[in-house]
Amino acid sequence: MEILHALIVLSNFVIIPAIAYGSQLALGALGVTLVYGILRFSNFAHGDTMAFGTMIVILLTWWLQGIGISIAPLPTALIALPFAIFVTAILLLGTDRFVLRFYRNQKSAPVILLIVSLGIMFVYNGLVRFVIGVGDQRFSDGARFIISARDFKKITGLSEGLAIKTTQGITVITAVVIVAILFWFLNKTRTGKSMRAFSDNEDLALLSGINPERVVLYTWLIVAVLATIAGTLYGLDKSFKPFVYFQLLLPIFAAAIVGGLGNPLGAIAGGFVIAFSEVTVTYAWKKVLMYALPENLEPSGLTQLLATEYKFAVSFAILLIVLLFKPTGLFKGKAL
Amino acid sequence: MSEPFLVGEAMTGGYGNGPDILHDCTVAVEPGEIAVIVGPNGAGKSTAMKAIFGMLNLGSGNVKLNGEDISALTPQDRVLKGMGFVPQNQNIFTSMTVQENLEMGAFIRTDDFSGTMEQVFDLFPILLEKRNQSAGELSGGQRQQVAVGRALMTKPSVLMLDEPTAGVSPIVMDELFDRIIEVAKSGISILMVEQNARQALEIAHKGFVLVQGRNAYTGTGKDLLADKEVRKSFLGG
Amino acid sequence: MSELLKTYLLFAFVAFLIIITGVIQSWNAALFILNMGLISAVMSLGVNLQWGIAGLLNVGIMGFVALGGLATVLISMPPLTDAWAAGGPRIILGLGIGGITIACAILMFQKLPNTKWRFPVIAIFIVFGFVLYRSVLRPAVIAVEAVNPAAEGYLGGLGLPVIMAWPVGGLMAAGAAWIIGKTALGLRSDYLAIATLGISEIIIAILKNEDWMTRGVKNVVGIPRPVPYEIDLQANETFVERAASFGLDPTTASTLFVKIAYAGLFGLVLFILVWLSQRALNSPWGRMMRAIRDNEIAAQAMGKDIKARHLQIFILGSAVCGVAGAMMTTLDAQLTPGAYQPLRFTFLIWVMVIVGGSGNNLGAILGGFLVWFLWVQVEPIGYWLVDLITAPMDPESPVRLHLLDSVAQMRLLTMGLFLLLMLRFYPRGMIPEK
Repeated sequence: MEILHALIVLSNFVIIPAIAYGSQLALGALGVTLVYGILRFSNFAHGDTMAFGTMIVILLTWWLQGIGISIAPLPTALIALPFAIFVTAILLLGTDRFVLRFYRNQKSAPVILLIVSLGIMFVYNGLVRFVIGVGDQRFSDGARFIISARDFKKITGLSEGLAIKTTQGITVITAVVIVAILFWFLNKTRTGKSMRAFSDNEDLALLSGINPERVVLYTWLIVAVLATIAGTLYGLDKSFKPFVYFQLLLPIFAAAIVGGLGNPLGAIAGGFVIAFSEVTVTYAWKKVLMYALPENLEPSGLTQLLATEYKFAVSFAILLIVLLFKPTGLFKGKAL
Repeated sequence: MSEPFLVGEAMTGGYGNGPDILHDCTVAVEPGEIAVIVGPNGAGKSTAMKAIFGMLNLGSGNVKLNGEDISALTPQDRVLKGMGFVPQNQNIFTSMTVQENLEMGAFIRTDDFSGTMEQVFDLFPILLEKRNQSAGELSGGQRQQVAVGRALMTKPSVLMLDEPTAGVSPIVMDELFDRIIEVAKSGISILMVEQNARQALEIAHKGFVLVQGRNAYTGTGKDLLADKEVRKSFLGG
Repeated sequence: MSELLKTYLLFAFVAFLIIITGVIQSWNAALFILNMGLISAVMSLGVNLQWGIAGLLNVGIMGFVALGGLATVLISMPPLTDAWAAGGPRIILGLGIGGITIACAILMFQKLPNTKWRFPVIAIFIVFGFVLYRSVLRPAVIAVEAVNPAAEGYLGGLGLPVIMAWPVGGLMAAGAAWIIGKTALGLRSDYLAIATLGISEIIIAILKNEDWMTRGVKNVVGIPRPVPYEIDLQANETFVERAASFGLDPTTASTLFVKIAYAGLFGLVLFILVWLSQRALNSPWGRMMRAIRDNEIAAQAMGKDIKARHLQIFILGSAVCGVAGAMMTTLDAQLTPGAYQPLRFTFLIWVMVIVGGSGNNLGAILGGFLVWFLWVQVEPIGYWLVDLITAPMDPESPVRLHLLDSVAQMRLLTMGLFLLLMLRFYPRGMIPEK
């Protein structure tokens, strides 16, 4: 019985949140890794791209809520997603056309593109703050829980409740669907294969008649989808604040690098590695240990390894370790 | 003598704005024949082929395919006209399967290319066996087969190979040359740059010996092999 | 026109801008811009050393600056004996245990045979070390933070003159740079960028959370000064007389004097650093560094140890940023960990380096002044502009109000656009490298 309680607490505060967070990071890392693999540069503007996409979702959601549209128990934001993706895609394609294409044609060094992406990051960031402000925005509605702690306790008669938030459920389902579609696209369609070919060997791809501008277009479209969805899922689950999305850059890049930059499968694995590490290291294990251990070994303190504020230190530490021992990542990524 | 199927005539030029590497160089391929370009290191062999493919600037001279002047076309456009090119290095997609490599080879085709793929598998049976294996895992000789197979997927009228036997063992080289002869028999003209001059000339209908970007000796493969001068300078006596 | 003339003209232009500010707004505002401009110029110099000369991309400038700020607190604040009595030595012990654990772990990694047992053994050792470190440190930290938390709640510093903090800040930044450099240099530039971003986030997180050292977000105020206090000046008769002879009242005169004094100090530091950098740049060492940047493979073939050279430059550049950080905290007279926002500072310094001219020290300094001037003035000018544009609108209109509110965010947007435009059309900056 005690072990069961321990497991429930563990699931509630560690496993389920980590799975949700890991899915969000995975989607974010996928965007970063695709741009790295195909366009061959590290896109520091990705966090703020997510913020932009989420901002559009929020504005549309508020408008929809204002005119009384709802799809309860699901959050209204889901309806807004396709339109927001469309707007984000336009932003990304515009940025590519007016900013990045110049450097691509010049075959600039990846470092230059990184600095340019810093500039883009600040424009996006300024834009988001300008339109929606710097404060916290909550926009989730619909049912809060798929199953609440109270209901769980009632059903099972246990003294610990297991809660699954709607947003967590949506996150996992959406992530699985999107990843499945993406992998189908990359592995089974002609266009997807041409993108992989382009990432593998650009000269040979050009020789085979693959149109580079088309590949770039599709890449940004996919990034728009991934970034907007990742940002929205994160915003629904936690809340929207522009600065947080900038901070997410570190775990997202850590996830992509840990998995192997340029490798989509790696990005997903990396996302979960980082998420689980962050959650487990900053969680107060007291309750779980109280259930799991015999009485005389029970801890008196919170048994929290690191304070929650040090979350990002965990991503960074993992990143450092991977860089030191296996710089190409868990799954072999690209060498630039 | 009929008009050669592919001819790069009196080509002079170099890379970008650099100095000329080719000086008044002419290379021609008859339909269904194998033409080989040989010569010492730095003679401009690969450069001549790249010039025919449109990868460098020709100061003077032209390139004609089947009577049509294609000097102004980009390499991609020349592929559309029926030229196939197998680079010396990095000529396959290492992260993709053998089958996917062939599919990418046929990228510009809008019709059903399964027939062509079958022909390629007939020509290179080992590729059929390993069709779902990642191309990067194959041996050197097998990778070259993938590279040639990829180029064949567009059903080119002329296939150009840049040092196809570089870095492979003699047995594999023989096998590759056998395959190349098969390809030629099916009606595709072959233009090949080779370091292994002797073996290449043995299978060649026509040979072009280049020295410092100029034509030094031209003739049939047999004639060049028999020529005392050629043997002394390039074939080790 | 010749490069030298252009350089002089550009600097004259910046001086002109600052003087105009003095005339139109106020001399205090102008001097404030001057002082922060001097500090920004030093930071810009440090970054330029890393990027312009060695091609190293440091996106974590803020962290090194923050370490400089920390140094001011640790050096110049008076030691708080109560807090020390409550837990000082124990904290030192705890930190020592932590440090020894890490050092031993590294030694074990190097000395133990490379079998499959190596990692588990080291991992277990680290876990034990961590547990020990926590159990020693935690109670001491709680005790220290409990001593007079409203005004103190931390250990204080060494009570030394604040000027000493400036080189110490540089040393601390150098130490952090050594750690990061050892791990991340020699990898690709993107990795270095991420690694530096990470370390700066961690440093700032430590400053915000380890209240026993820095009071965290409660801030440390009243950091001692290297220049006189306005109040003291106003009370000094000779000073008041002198001020009157200039036609100034004591209050204004004292504020101006203090700012000018700071400007003098900062200017001196900047001058010394520039002089040193120019000498270094034009020395054989400097030429070698640039040769490495321009053709790493050739340099490597010549036997130059690239990684070691890069490490040198990385440490030097970061140390310079640390000094600037100490200066900045001295000017503010307080340590506010919450104000260290990577977005603002790191990014801004990068704009300075690119705009001024990467690879050129004078360019970096020019960039420092110019961009800082723009950054400060964009808000009032933006406000004035928006006011003008929305004048025909109803004063209560939500659009107008929102726009006026958002002017502050315009800065970021404008700066981002400015950076992109410079990168595109003047990638070599205003004063390009020779």
